[in-house]
Amino acid sequence: MNKKVSIRMSGLGGQGVVTAAHILGSAATRDGLVSTVNPFFGAEKRLAPAESYVRISPVQIHERGEVLFPDVIMIFHPHVITMGKCYTMPFFDGLQKDGVIIVNADVFPEISADDCQALAKLNAKLYYLPATKVALEVGGTELATNMAMLGAFLNVTKLVSVEALKDSLAERFGGGKFVASGTTAALDDVLRSKYEKVSQLIEQNMAVVEAAGASLREFAVC
Amino acid sequence: MIEQKVVAPEYLFNEAEREEQFITGSEAVREAIRRANVDMAISYPITPQSESMHLVGDIYAEGYIKEYFRGENEFAVMSSVAGAAMGGVRVFTATGGPGTLRAFEAFPTWAGARLPVVCAFMTRGINSPLSIQPDTLEMAYMLDTGIIMLHAENSQDLYDMILQAFMIAEKPEVHIPVGVFVDGFFVTHTRDRVKIAPPDIKLPPYNPYSAPVPVMDMENPPIRQMRDPFVMKSNFISYAAHASWQQEILAAAERSRRHIAHYLGSLLEAENENAQVMIVASGTAVSQSREAIESARQEGLDVGLVKLKSLRPFPTEELKAVTANAKAVIVPEFNRVGWLAREVRAALEAKVKVVGGPRVFGGMTMPPDLILDEIRRCANE
Repeated sequence: MNKKVSIRMSGLGGQGVVTAAHILGSAATRDGLVSTVNPFFGAEKRLAPAESYVRISPVQIHERGEVLFPDVIMIFHPHVITMGKCYTMPFFDGLQKDGVIIVNADVFPEISADDCQALAKLNAKLYYLPATKVALEVGGTELATNMAMLGAFLNVTKLVSVEALKDSLAERFGGGKFVASGTTAALDDVLRSKYEKVSQLIEQNMAVVEAAGASLREFAVC
Repeated sequence: MIEQKVVAPEYLFNEAEREEQFITGSEAVREAIRRANVDMAISYPITPQSESMHLVGDIYAEGYIKEYFRGENEFAVMSSVAGAAMGGVRVFTATGGPGTLRAFEAFPTWAGARLPVVCAFMTRGINSPLSIQPDTLEMAYMLDTGIIMLHAENSQDLYDMILQAFMIAEKPEVHIPVGVFVDGFFVTHTRDRVKIAPPDIKLPPYNPYSAPVPVMDMENPPIRQMRDPFVMKSNFISYAAHASWQQEILAAAERSRRHIAHYLGSLLEAENENAQVMIVASGTAVSQSREAIESARQEGLDVGLVKLKSLRPFPTEELKAVTANAKAVIVPEFNRVGWLAREVRAALEAKVKVVGGPRVFGGMTMPPDLILDEIRRCANE
């Protein structure tokens, strides 16, 4: 890669938006790239808007905080678009020319004619996939939705390697080193309880990553 | 717990081979405290600080700290911390935003009692409407509490400054508290590369007998002033003692300059200091400025950067020197009131135009483009 790529992930509390960013940033670092990762959320609760930001670059990254001008936007829930559950309005605010949007939805959410026009002008590439369904069917739990979203991301951008992603997933869930807030720790426990062994958690979540690529669809802008 | 050996601070800071880790700011706090030979840590949760003291609690459980507990609230924590320091131990805590204000009465008493407490402040919005997001407003209130104030730009600074803060605070001729300030979320929750010393070395222990005031002596300041305050006497000697004691606190902060310079290298860092347009900033505003400066240079604009690392004491003379050629100084800030612009204006004595802004607050991220616009405006004037 030769320039910085900024990724904005918008979703709802409990969907693993923060964890997905953590795993993606770690993977980029493993691949020898430079990355910074940070979340933004209000009072921590399920279904409240939550965002996280990943910057990946071949050189040092100075800029902090929200990604205001993303190259890639990942929408973890249609409500981000239809109910304004994100920190920017419209949901694609700041998207760069030729930018990419990946939405977790069975059908692409309805968007206004104005938004369509703006996206067309940006030459935006729109993708969608039923990430939660894939997570349930392949991973056995909707808590793997974030891995399905990362699978779609990988399929579209090829920014990090599958091996690095797997190692980062193992690091996040394998050891006892990670300290999470109470609610995140509770969700971690639920996720671990779905699998007999950590190795199984990793294998099945990587299967979700792979399956997500196959269920990805492109949406033609208006 | 890894067996640790005491090393010279200079070795830990400058010579020991460092390992690069991809960690959050909160984790950088844990790694600093692991190597800080801290006797006691007291916590009370508040976003975005909670994770830091939680992680410090984890290393207490591993055996790196002798005592750790959770206080009733921030005021209790800051008061307990004062008691611990008066008792002669090295103590650490952290808070932020509303927590800082809730504990506020304690901070001037720390300085007044010559306590070498080190406290990390993870700044966040404090005004109504309530916000948990980054905002440096609380620093404006802290400027005149008598404590030394360092402002970290990123997790690397945070790790380094916490360790260095103990050494500065505990110098007999200084011996006043040091606050290490850092922007909440932008640093505490951001995962970034941080270079850290090996885990098997730590700072020398605090020697309470190096204190310029006797430890827990009920007949002398600082305890004397609380048990039997000067004000109770209401005579000439008591007022004279009170006035001279306050000056001594200020003098202690002045004497910290050479120690800050020794451990941090300098009170400020300047890049391209002959430029006609200079940006003066601290904390995350420095990072956003670096991004803006890169773009400005691509446009051929001549712009320099001053990163203020110490705000108390304020590097007035250094700032004058590095902005001597400037026709305009831009002060971007993450707060509504522009306290840093006020400081910079006072230091530069109207010799150069000081642009107070851009400013964002209440949790907003400052787009580097806002700073770039200001650079363009100043460069073309």
